[in-house]
Amino acid sequence: MNGFHWDWAFMWEVFPIILSAAKVTLLATLLGSIFAIVMGLVFALLRRNSSKTIRLSVYWVVEFIRSTPLLVQIFFLYYVMPEFGISMSPLVTGVFALGLHYGAYLSEVFRSGIDGIEKGQWEAARALNLSKLDTYKDIVLPQAIRPMIPATGNYIIAMFKETPQLSAITLLEMLQMAKIIGSENFRYLEPFTLVGVMYLVFSLLAAFGIHQLERRFPKEGFSLK
Amino acid sequence: MEFGEIVSVLLQGAVVTIEIVAMALPLAIIMAFSFGLIRLYASAPFKQIAIFYIEFFRGTSALIQLYWIYFVLPFFGITIDAMTAAVVALGLNIGAYGTEVVRGAIQSVPKGQFEASIALNFTATQRLWRIIMPQALVNMIPPFGNLAIELVKATSLVSLITIGDLTFKAKSLADTTLQVGEIFGVVLVLYFVMAQCLMFFIKRLEKRLSKGLGRGGIHS
Amino acid sequence: MSTPIIEFKNVKKCFGETVIFSDFNFKVEENEIVSIIGPSGSGKSTLLRILMTLEGIDGGYINIAGESLWHMLWQGQYVPANNKHLHKMRNHLGMVFQHFNLFPHMTVKRNITEAPMRVKGISREEAEASAERLLQLVGLADKADSYPNDLSGGQKQRVGIARALAMKPSILLLDEITSALDPELVDEVLDVIRNLVKEESFTMLLVTHEMYFAREISDRVCFFDKGAIVEEGKPEAIFTQPQEERTKAFLNAYLGQ
Repeated sequence: MNGFHWDWAFMWEVFPIILSAAKVTLLATLLGSIFAIVMGLVFALLRRNSSKTIRLSVYWVVEFIRSTPLLVQIFFLYYVMPEFGISMSPLVTGVFALGLHYGAYLSEVFRSGIDGIEKGQWEAARALNLSKLDTYKDIVLPQAIRPMIPATGNYIIAMFKETPQLSAITLLEMLQMAKIIGSENFRYLEPFTLVGVMYLVFSLLAAFGIHQLERRFPKEGFSLK
Repeated sequence: MEFGEIVSVLLQGAVVTIEIVAMALPLAIIMAFSFGLIRLYASAPFKQIAIFYIEFFRGTSALIQLYWIYFVLPFFGITIDAMTAAVVALGLNIGAYGTEVVRGAIQSVPKGQFEASIALNFTATQRLWRIIMPQALVNMIPPFGNLAIELVKATSLVSLITIGDLTFKAKSLADTTLQVGEIFGVVLVLYFVMAQCLMFFIKRLEKRLSKGLGRGGIHS
Repeated sequence: MSTPIIEFKNVKKCFGETVIFSDFNFKVEENEIVSIIGPSGSGKSTLLRILMTLEGIDGGYINIAGESLWHMLWQGQYVPANNKHLHKMRNHLGMVFQHFNLFPHMTVKRNITEAPMRVKGISREEAEASAERLLQLVGLADKADSYPNDLSGGQKQRVGIARALAMKPSILLLDEITSALDPELVDEVLDVIRNLVKEESFTMLLVTHEMYFAREISDRVCFFDKGAIVEEGKPEAIFTQPQEERTKAFLNAYLGQ
């Protein structure tokens, strides 16, 4: 195995295959983020519920999800859910696992974002007799979103970097593809390095994009139509 | 398989998980301090090296780093066993995040402390270790605690390079016994307990340290 | 006349685009007490911070006891000072800060003994004996084992003074040492300085907004505005018969009410 040198020809052969697998990675990240944002909001709002039992149990659920490994959660969904008659494809399992895991993290971001709205705004909304829904929709969220952007973005990038774990349930994303190519050709150097570079490039791009988004977001908030 | 047997096999795996944490955590802390300080105080070329290390390990994924070290390094004639690969990969990965903790904590020490230590003519080394660092350490404990929990969680990845940690044991038990519900349930609880224990110690450490540093020191 | 202990020659200092000093000249004689008064943002504190080597200069020379502060002789030429030179020069100087800057992780006693022990290599016994004397002087003998955060602002500042004195500087710089204090705590700090100058002779440079104190303690008062000395002289002269319009306006605004 004379793998001391970098084989450009092999790399160019592998590159398009890895690139096509990147679509799966990005799809899992995209769907996972949407689900995570929804779950994060649900958790955050439940943490503000008037019932103490609900607040406390959601706190422990979030704490539990956050302090156990994503990989085990992926296995749990993939192997245990079918016992309850719920069989999901690797992609769907991955999206649920990523969404739940990062939803738990995002709920803290959303919670502190909502807590960051000054008391006077809630009082003004109440004085204007706005409904709870309208208060959130028209008063709270438009002001809370901008300060939430950087942390939310960072968690989504973190989620993206954890998608390789979905290879453990045979999802054909970048890393799994690289592993297959590597074992078929007895050469791991190029495929693994390529995947690493892809992650580096994508995360740097995403970090830049989040920065732009935050910069262009109106400071005074916006109104939802 | 009896529930008790399952638990005892899983506990063996948990011991391996704890071993990995116990070895990777010191490595991560050493990396965090050395590269955090280089990033802050060293001259330009060293700073560039530190930035490269930090960006590389934070920009790519932990699992890829683990695979790279385990599968690719042998091609360069560097063969390392799975355990070493695991400790090195996780230590370097968490360490890269730790550099930012060290940097942030040092920068959060008020500028006046630095100025007072110049006015009293301390040398640069004395300023850092006697004045700035003791105050920065208190600020580092909570974020380092979170990183330690991230490390515990990340150890589950080593199961993918055939190390018999908690996750690996769970996966192989699940494959053979098909009692997946119990197995993965117990595993999740074990990880949760480990994280909570760690959190408990960190809270105590933080309390003690901030007490030793002047009754709540800089927080008041 | 002997060599002045502090001498600024054509000093230039900028912060980015903002020019603080364009061509600043200033002298202080040994054992002279000089108060610097003037509106905020006029460069008063910068003057002290440059002397304490917390800020560099962009041109000119500063001499301390006849030796250049920011430059050193190297192969017959004056070159920018290195750390070793600055370390040596700082031995002349001590500073008390507006916001005290006590080390929160050390007891009052260690705040005072740390630098003499580590920087000057004085033995622990000697450093602690000297700290006790200094704490007596500032009236805090019973607080030696307290932590700074357990003290009031006035007490903190008295520790700050003791800490600076422990290094036995020949020049003491006081940077608005009572500005961060509640009015009722100002006098306990100023009394410490009053007693100090009665007992020993010091070269002292103080930036202050306490006009009565400046008048009472100084040998010379300098009115500073826009990075230059507009007017200087004996305190009596400055406070009773200011010559310049800007000085009059400033003093009226301060003492008028």
